[in-house]
Amino acid sequence: MRVNPRFTDALVRHFLNLQAYFTVGLLVVIVFIIFIKGISNCSLSFMLTYPEDMGRHGGIFPAIMGTVFLAALSIVFATPLGLGTAIYLTEYTRESRLTTIIRFGVESLAGIPSIIYGLFGFIFFVIKLGMGWSLLSGALTMTIMILPTIIRTSEEAIKAVPRNLRIVSHSLGATKWETTVKVVLPSAAPGILTGIMLSIGRAVGETAAVIFTMGSSLRLPASLMDSGRTMAVHFYILAREGISMEKAYATALVLVVSILAINILAYYTMNRVIAKYS
Amino acid sequence: MMDCALKTEKLNLFYGTFHGLKNVDFCVYRNAITSLIGPSGCGKSTLLRCFNRMNDIIDDVSVNGSVLVNNRPLEEIDIIELRKKVGMVFQRPNPFPFSVRENLVYGLKVHGYKRSDYDDIMERCLRAVGLWDDIKDKMNTPALSLSEEMKQRLCVARVLTVEPEIILLDEPCSALDPIATMKIEELMIELKRFYTILIVTHNMQQAARVSDYTGFMLLGDLIEFGETPKIFTAPQDERTDGYITGRFG
Repeated sequence: MRVNPRFTDALVRHFLNLQAYFTVGLLVVIVFIIFIKGISNCSLSFMLTYPEDMGRHGGIFPAIMGTVFLAALSIVFATPLGLGTAIYLTEYTRESRLTTIIRFGVESLAGIPSIIYGLFGFIFFVIKLGMGWSLLSGALTMTIMILPTIIRTSEEAIKAVPRNLRIVSHSLGATKWETTVKVVLPSAAPGILTGIMLSIGRAVGETAAVIFTMGSSLRLPASLMDSGRTMAVHFYILAREGISMEKAYATALVLVVSILAINILAYYTMNRVIAKYS
Repeated sequence: MMDCALKTEKLNLFYGTFHGLKNVDFCVYRNAITSLIGPSGCGKSTLLRCFNRMNDIIDDVSVNGSVLVNNRPLEEIDIIELRKKVGMVFQRPNPFPFSVRENLVYGLKVHGYKRSDYDDIMERCLRAVGLWDDIKDKMNTPALSLSEEMKQRLCVARVLTVEPEIILLDEPCSALDPIATMKIEELMIELKRFYTILIVTHNMQQAARVSDYTGFMLLGDLIEFGETPKIFTAPQDERTDGYITGRFG
């Protein structure tokens, strides 16, 4: 017997709705649990004071700053490199064996588990180059780790810029570089920004690669060569070593809220940029 | 003999092995409108794009024969200088997805005009295309929010900012409605006082209405070239006659 297509249609629509709600629901549940468990220990002074007794007492100020430093540095290193690669791949070369190899390399880089990056960073930056456990080792390791995301998202964003904009720019006498800087990149900005924001999220949330390279010092890093810890690492150590589950959840709450804030900020900026141009 | 602003002699162009232009001898007279007509794929846009070297962007194109711009061989002219002198308007209105103002100053930035001159130049060019009154208070609105006709006028104004001598128009009205088309045609006739214009069109009435000279192309050959009234009333070649009377095309 033939099933009524209208019935199938309605069924599918409800089913798809359900899936969407389920996804959002998961996010809500996770944030809710973290919120309930963390809010009692989370306060402004928790965010602004130094930890005491391995984190059993006191706040997480150094961890917050460590997270900010690490994320900012890795973005500063990775963005020019990743954007440059994306511009090269899309604007300055034709599809060839070389581009296939580069893309394959980027894909492979993206698929490597973060612990491997941690080990590599430890062997190369910490030991071989003698940087020790430091902000710099951590940031360089994170740079390699987020590079594929930045390259891929930038490349897609640049490719989506209509070809005729490049042509008309050339017809007005602009060189390739002028066209890239003044037409292509501004048009691709929302996409590029998304990639950067995703990368910040990744750097903020990473633990394995960071412990191996940046170490886990509880002090506030005062220079590039100082060790430090991020909120994610702090959370991991507090929970793993049974130091204080209360403080761990409070840290997690700050972490989750800041990631949400970054995403909302990214979304807002992106819409502003898009609204300006279209 | 009148002065040719643009001229080709024995021009041949190949896309890979495809012979796109065959021994074309062509001339675009100064301060006049010349139109190129012919069925799709006849090479009229290809010929037009030879004059500002837009074919360079396409892979696998080879050209031989000569192209003269203001009686100077094309290869002697710096490409940036050439594209300043020979402006181009495209088939679809293609303003940049920026503000009206940023569209107009783009060429000025590229060619290093003084910032203090921007406002005067923008006003002059917007007046020339009849947009000034409509748009002078909307300089910061996104160019993509304008109507199609206004976008195309803006594109013409954008070309005018860098003071070209010659304007190439590649089917500039094919994305516009009849009223907008009429207005762009009036604009072209206005502009020919100061500029040399070459227009590619598949609209024969348009060629007849606006142009002083017409060339008819077919399969890469320039079949016939002459004063527009002659081409349309007494064509010498029977293929021209066939095309303009609608027997093929």
